[in-house]
Amino acid sequence: MARSSLFNRPFEIKRIPSFQSIALFTFVGLYGPIIILITYSFNSSASLGVFESFSFQWYITAWENEKVQEAAFRSLYLAATAATIATIAATMAALATTRTKKFRGMTLIFVIINQPLMIPEIVTAVALLVFFAMIKIATGYTGMLYLIIAHTAFCIPFAYLPIRARLESMDLTLETAGADLYATPWKTFQRITLPMIWPGIIAGYMLAFVISLDDVVISEFVKSAGQETLPTYMLGQLRRFITPETNAIATVNIAVSVILVSGFFLLTQRKK
Amino acid sequence: MTTNDEAIEIKNALKVYKGDTDVYALNDVSLMIKKNEFFTLLGPSGCGKTTLLRLIAGFEHPTSGTILLNKEDISLLPPNKRPVNTVFQNYALFPHMTVGGNIAFGLEMLGWSKSEVASAVDEMLELVKMQDLKNRRPAEISGGQQQRVALARALAPKPQVLLLDEPLSALDLKLRKQMQIELKRLQSETGITFVFVTHDQEEALTMSDRIAVMNEGKILQYGNPRDIYHHPENKFVANFIGDSNFLLADIQNGNAVLTDGTELKLSKENKQVSNGQKSILIRPEHVQMSKAKGSKKAFEGKISNIVYFGTDTHFHLELKTGDDFTIRKQNTPNEGTDFEIGAVVELTIDENAIQILND
Ligand SMILES: Nc1ncnc2c1ncn2[C@@H]1O[C@H](COP(=O)(O)OP(=O)(O)OP(=O)(O)O)[C@@H](O)[C@H]1O
Ligand SMILES: [Mg+2]
Repeated sequence: MARSSLFNRPFEIKRIPSFQSIALFTFVGLYGPIIILITYSFNSSASLGVFESFSFQWYITAWENEKVQEAAFRSLYLAATAATIATIAATMAALATTRTKKFRGMTLIFVIINQPLMIPEIVTAVALLVFFAMIKIATGYTGMLYLIIAHTAFCIPFAYLPIRARLESMDLTLETAGADLYATPWKTFQRITLPMIWPGIIAGYMLAFVISLDDVVISEFVKSAGQETLPTYMLGQLRRFITPETNAIATVNIAVSVILVSGFFLLTQRKK
Repeated sequence: MTTNDEAIEIKNALKVYKGDTDVYALNDVSLMIKKNEFFTLLGPSGCGKTTLLRLIAGFEHPTSGTILLNKEDISLLPPNKRPVNTVFQNYALFPHMTVGGNIAFGLEMLGWSKSEVASAVDEMLELVKMQDLKNRRPAEISGGQQQRVALARALAPKPQVLLLDEPLSALDLKLRKQMQIELKRLQSETGITFVFVTHDQEEALTMSDRIAVMNEGKILQYGNPRDIYHHPENKFVANFIGDSNFLLADIQNGNAVLTDGTELKLSKENKQVSNGQKSILIRPEHVQMSKAKGSKKAFEGKISNIVYFGTDTHFHLELKTGDDFTIRKQNTPNEGTDFEIGAVVELTIDENAIQILND
């Protein structure tokens, strides 16, 4: 009896011995440090060991710190610009790779678009550092353009994937129907294709935005002097001493990412 | 009412899909579709019906050949420049627009004014009896209702030709019968030429003014339903439409001589057919049975099986020639039991019921 019930019951992951302790360990490992960081960002004292009382003090300190303001503004500007350009490029690439007949080199384009997902970030960073250094010497230009180009490049695949997924799930006869009902190709795109893939585009934009906002490695290598983004500023601070101010900035950063990523999942989840 | 003016003329259309082995989706198709007629393309799966429709709509261009609309060559016009609309098999309603928005779409693209569009949309909604659902989205209405919206959307711009690709195949039997009647009504009310695709022979027979039977990229025969049913030109058409008995016969001076020597008289028009071996067609319902009288020359068979269908009964016979032969007999209240399995019966056939086939 016991034997047969063992065989009859469907496989359940929960029945693997020690499943629960592994799960618990994973959650603690993943979220423990973050919860501690968030908790201490509300600590009224500067101590990292003792929680005294609840306060917004470090948020105020961070808010009033001109360097933080400047880095935050730069990060937002960079993320917005890079995500916008990346989303436009990704939309065109996704249209080209799903709406045209299979052409030679299509796979190659796919590989090129997704290259940032495959090459280790540090390698890209070093390559960009060397490449941009040559341009800097040749032209003398040291503005934001380098960061924008670099961020745009690694944001494209993140914007591309949800847009492509959306396009692939769209019924092509809808576009045929548009043409049948006297719409020019451009009108068909405007009135039918674009509204249908819009959630994918927004999702791609949000993902690209978060990815740019959180980037440390490439920004650290590509930025010119004085071009701190929020993550590189935090990294610089941590090199000297850990202050609850950094915790506060990190907490805000987490909040923004969580909101954007949740938005992304809501948009990409298929409604039926 | 159909007239003799042509709406569409297709001349030697060829459509080849290149590939490892080239597919001749349409192989030298020539066809004339009259104004205001309900024209049906009938054929088995893969015979090229959709391809022909897509060529007329402009979604596909012919490899060679021409397509004329009102005597004008439209072979190379893009679909948005052709006064032709399509009802798609999966309806292809725009999911992000309301029912009203879907119907308005074509009119807006044609540049109609807001008030013209609004009144045309209401008129169309009334035509398909969907006034109450104007503000619903396609996902919020039933399959049959989506079908009506698709029809209204395609009819709204008053196209010269409406193309319908198996529009009823997704509906259940009852709804399908309703929509068949509905389609006929819409066609006569609007006076628009309908080109209708189906692989259901009964649907084709009941709805069409004329039918073209297709197979393997070719049109085998076209004409009105009676012609196609009673005078099929070859075995494929005869087999595809209705039930058939085929027998091998030697045509000799106005008689068909079966392989066992039985002679069947031919009609006057068949007397012109030249002598030689031919296949002949006899429809199961065109044969009368009676008790065999034992005469030597009689056309006789032995009942091997009887299948009762309510309105009629099918008798499966074995002829003296060895061929299988089916007879369909309408049931009456005063059914006798003259015909039982194993009984030998004599068959009488009207000379007009014998059709000589070309292959
Ligand atoms: N885009 C294409 N590329 C290659 N072959 C195709 C293409 N479209 C259709 N065919 C082929 O052309 C032939 C005719 O196809 P078509 O869709 O016209 O058939 P159909 O009569 O509409 O069939 P069904 O009743 O199944 O819809 C088929 O053999 C099909 O495989
Ligand atoms: Mg088809």
